[in-house]
Amino acid sequence: MSEVLRLIKVGIADVKIGSAPDKIRTSGLGSCVGVILYDEVKRVAGMAHVMLPDSTMAKQGRINRFKYADTAMDDLLGMLIEAGASKFRLKSKLAGGAQMFHFKSESDLMRIGPRNVEAVKKKLLHYRIPIISEDVGGKSGRTIVFDPETSRLHIRKVNHGEVTI
Amino acid sequence: MSFEERLTAIHLDVLKEIGNIGAAHAATSLSKLLDRKVDMHVPAVRLVEFDEVMELAGGAENEVVSVFLRIEGEAPGSIFFILSPEQAELFISQMTGIPSSIYDGSDELAISALQELGNILSGSYLTALSDFTNLDIYPSVPSLSLDMVGAILSFGLIELSQVSDQAIVIETSLTDCSDDKSAPIEGHFFLFPDPQSYLPLFKSLGVSSYE
Repeated sequence: MSEVLRLIKVGIADVKIGSAPDKIRTSGLGSCVGVILYDEVKRVAGMAHVMLPDSTMAKQGRINRFKYADTAMDDLLGMLIEAGASKFRLKSKLAGGAQMFHFKSESDLMRIGPRNVEAVKKKLLHYRIPIISEDVGGKSGRTIVFDPETSRLHIRKVNHGEVTI
Repeated sequence: MSFEERLTAIHLDVLKEIGNIGAAHAATSLSKLLDRKVDMHVPAVRLVEFDEVMELAGGAENEVVSVFLRIEGEAPGSIFFILSPEQAELFISQMTGIPSSIYDGSDELAISALQELGNILSGSYLTALSDFTNLDIYPSVPSLSLDMVGAILSFGLIELSQVSDQAIVIETSLTDCSDDKSAPIEGHFFLFPDPQSYLPLFKSLGVSSYE
């Protein structure tokens, strides 16, 4: 009768997968980007909350692969295929990559939001996964919830209302 | 060895002292500004995962008003002064004597009052830090935002995230402790030194075993 609906929480620099009726959520995306890959037929989806564009910018020995756009998406793809998703059916939606603060010194780190978005798109192009919809950039934080059942992505911003894409 | 593995109890104590001195000066400034008695809580220094940083600030989705300054100079880093939106409105009405709303974004007086507040508090925090360590540090222009705390604080973690998955949070809170118990005001400082700042900070304070 009543199935227990789980809300799978994705933290910062984290990757999780889930299937309907579970929903996948990450909160407080600023310059970070939330990438969702999903298979509409299998109703299985995964979300990565990436913080930095490129694992080659790591200055630590053992890296957390979920933190970087390139490695997090490799892992997300692998996890979804293992869970039964078809690589050729996968589609994507993305949100985040805001530029929260503006400073005179436009260093690379200040532009981290747009750079994260670029890195994610580059990786999607590499895998030939189409981007169905996106809500990126701007200067507001976002909380996003993906429903693998309907393939809809719900986005909430402070003072900017809520949208579903 | 990663940077967090090299930290000892002494290092954490030194960082606590930094939080202590900085916030004490900020409390004095706030007290002068509001003409009220202001209390400072003993600072907490924690080495935590990024997700826990957000939990300390009430959860990633928690809406807050924040004044953010980049620290530039010999010990770069980020400093955030964080208030709940209700607290921010209380602050404004006490500073300007006019009740105001920060939500519509059109109240320029309110915005400039808050920016000034953040500037004064963070400025006195950093001046104290600079005097104490003899390091040449100076703040950027403050930026004010009303948004989810996760979106705001994660910006301060970006420098750090290239070398670590944990952050050292130096957290101090100020509470206004006037007789008017109906309207206590509380704000929190979060200081995130950039990774390359630890060596100059510890060195200037005579703790040299951090290499």
